[in-house]
Amino acid sequence: MTNMRTISFDGVIVGGGGAGMRAALQLAQSGYKTAVISKVFPTRSHTVSAQGGITCAIASDDPNDDWRWHMYDTVKGSDYIGDQDAIEYMCSVGPEAVFELEHMGLPFSRTEQGRIYQRPFGGQSKNYGEGGQAARTCAAADRTGHALLHTLYQGNMKNNTVFFNEWYATDLVKNQDGAVVGVIAICMETGETVYVKSKATVFATGGAGRIYASTTNAHINTGDGIGMALRAGYPVQDIEMWQFHPTGIYGAGVLVTEGCRGEGGYLVNKDGERFMERYAPNAKDLAGRDVVARSMVLEILEGRGCGPEADHVYLKLDHLGEEVLHSRLPGICELSETFAHANPVNEPVPVVPTCHYMMGGIPTNVHGQALTVDAGGNDHIIPGLYACGEVACVSVHGANRLGGNSLLDLVVFGRASGLHIEQSLRAGIDVRDASESDIEQAMARLDKLNGSKGGENVAALRKELQNVMQNHFGVFRNEKFMQEGIRKLSDLRGRIENAALDDKSMAYNTARIEALELHNLFEVAEATAITAEERKESRGAHARDDYQDRDDENWLCHSMYYPGNKSVGKRGVNFEPQTVDTFQPKTRTY
Amino acid sequence: MLQVSIYRYNPETDEKPYMQDFQLDTAGKDIMVLDVLEQLKAQDTTIAFRRSCREGVCGSDGLNMNGKNGLACITPLSATVKKNKLVIRPLPGLPVVRDLVVDMGLFYAQYEKVQPFLQNDSPAPAIERLQSPEEREKLDGLYECILCACCSSSCPSFWWNPDRFIGPAGLLQSYRFLADSRDTATEQRLANLDDPFSVFRCHGIQNCVSVCPKGLNPTRAIGHIRNMLLTRAT
Repeated sequence: MTNMRTISFDGVIVGGGGAGMRAALQLAQSGYKTAVISKVFPTRSHTVSAQGGITCAIASDDPNDDWRWHMYDTVKGSDYIGDQDAIEYMCSVGPEAVFELEHMGLPFSRTEQGRIYQRPFGGQSKNYGEGGQAARTCAAADRTGHALLHTLYQGNMKNNTVFFNEWYATDLVKNQDGAVVGVIAICMETGETVYVKSKATVFATGGAGRIYASTTNAHINTGDGIGMALRAGYPVQDIEMWQFHPTGIYGAGVLVTEGCRGEGGYLVNKDGERFMERYAPNAKDLAGRDVVARSMVLEILEGRGCGPEADHVYLKLDHLGEEVLHSRLPGICELSETFAHANPVNEPVPVVPTCHYMMGGIPTNVHGQALTVDAGGNDHIIPGLYACGEVACVSVHGANRLGGNSLLDLVVFGRASGLHIEQSLRAGIDVRDASESDIEQAMARLDKLNGSKGGENVAALRKELQNVMQNHFGVFRNEKFMQEGIRKLSDLRGRIENAALDDKSMAYNTARIEALELHNLFEVAEATAITAEERKESRGAHARDDYQDRDDENWLCHSMYYPGNKSVGKRGVNFEPQTVDTFQPKTRTY
Repeated sequence: MLQVSIYRYNPETDEKPYMQDFQLDTAGKDIMVLDVLEQLKAQDTTIAFRRSCREGVCGSDGLNMNGKNGLACITPLSATVKKNKLVIRPLPGLPVVRDLVVDMGLFYAQYEKVQPFLQNDSPAPAIERLQSPEEREKLDGLYECILCACCSSSCPSFWWNPDRFIGPAGLLQSYRFLADSRDTATEQRLANLDDPFSVFRCHGIQNCVSVCPKGLNPTRAIGHIRNMLLTRAT
């Protein structure tokens, strides 16, 4: 134990995606010793797959656009359990954060006036829902995430951020006062394990879409931050809220952007009917993602699906014309040809709702500080721990995220986390060092895995877990099915904790990493399952056959999952924005 | 049964690399090479390779498949398999860490050398810097690079001088900033490239163009840089 190396930083960011690199940039610019630990080279993080854009009221498409309208849309989109102070912060600070990205070099598409091009996305309106469809999503063709991620990496390079690329964080280190004082991390190339000590630790580890069998998410989206937080005994919030994106390519799961519908594409069933006109007469194909995904599943369940198995629908794009498709949606044309063998210029793209985004996560305040809640319902800041991006639940997305709001979330709150850490470091952070037993505790899981014998195959267990989640916690849920799913998960826990690691070699041992990732996937899946069963209503992405209505009397609140006794509690939603009136819950229609 | 042959090397146990043969039942499906690797890894967990997005945008799984560089996740068997045989090797010209995982250090160092970030001396405006659609169009075919290294690791000039020739990927990014109407560091960027090796080791072999999984054309970008360097010299 004592021979383990310690590396010290002022701030350590776990995760090299958009949120992590935006936080790192802020901190590196302030001159503090900053490190990013990323299990992949940063430009390979999942932000790279974001396509359609970053939603923000920069008033390019409409000079009268107003961040308050964006706020209204986001509150409504969240089905009213998004925190209004956080949404207010995101929407009002957003333009500054987007202009910073442009100044850093992000190659946005442009309007004739030379300004940033904005396209319509789902759930967007002008004038608080009264002024028709807005076009508020700032785009770099359909490769906005790629452009944003590369720009942020370049910005960090310019500011000398220290990168630990292809290092994998396994667990949090807590000192005897309960403060987070860094992480244990493995250098994948050499297999060396190190204690990375830090006064502030930021989780920017992204989502966990790989808990489902069919997902738009990269292989690396394994919920590492959630797993680490739950193992450290911290709660997670609204973890039952999973977004199913309407347009995953049938069979492959690969995403095609909502921007396809923003640019004028629409969904049709086997009769060629534009069915969204029936479900959302005003917004049609640009209703909230939860609404569109459910409508698609209903079409399929009622026998109007396409293809020999009648198990998907079509996204029609050919009427947009070759020029628009190639200038605005070039990446989609590539993906569709590669994964669906369909050229959108002539043929529709077969699509099906596919797991896409984790709305829940580690609860934080607007400064990114991670929170826990005591028995009396009071928030407490976890000293030393921050979270931002998909792993966090600040909460701006509530029960359903609007398209284009994830990229805004990660730059705004990555930046806010960096700003707050900078201030705290200036004021002075005085923490006790981790003792040997604190570090031993953080090493326990890795030590156990490294000393293990026997056990089941990781890939087979992962597949079994993904199938349980897919079959029991999908777009539509009910008690009987979920309880059955929870039983299957409890059988899986022991088997996954004792999964096999036959190869104990040091150099670039991906089997070790995949075993550790599987533990994290399981933690996320179990928290999702138990909380989903507990929330006895339908709200946003959480749709139940047995409780079909929203229940504001009992469930206009966040769920809190406590890992110690696997119980679910409630936490109040913030209805107190600082500069605007509260948006009161209304019936949500599009 | 598909015959798959994979380059194996574990520095802890192997004195030298070897090829290991596998057989895989693909059920007649035209799956991607990455799917083949994933299925084989489920059986033999010791095979090491990189992967992330599995849709051709993250650049993790650049590999040499039947002699040609490409991304495993968007290369269907029908595009590479000949006579039912698939030979998978790491990208050529870069040191092997283990199996199909190469050390990308030299490749990234050349990328960093071109200072791939926007430089502009004037104070930033309160909104975005304006750029016309025509000016922005000049970045198309440049900014889309995913740093997979398929191009540079297929370039004989890069094999010979990986420390001094920037290579196609780095030069493509160099030109991405030279071509950006918002960047004001043109003179300094060109001065940094003005030596016999950084740019002029490109002999127009165009391997980079033929392997780029994103359909980009580094040779053309290098031609533009050459012209800028020559114009500057006169």
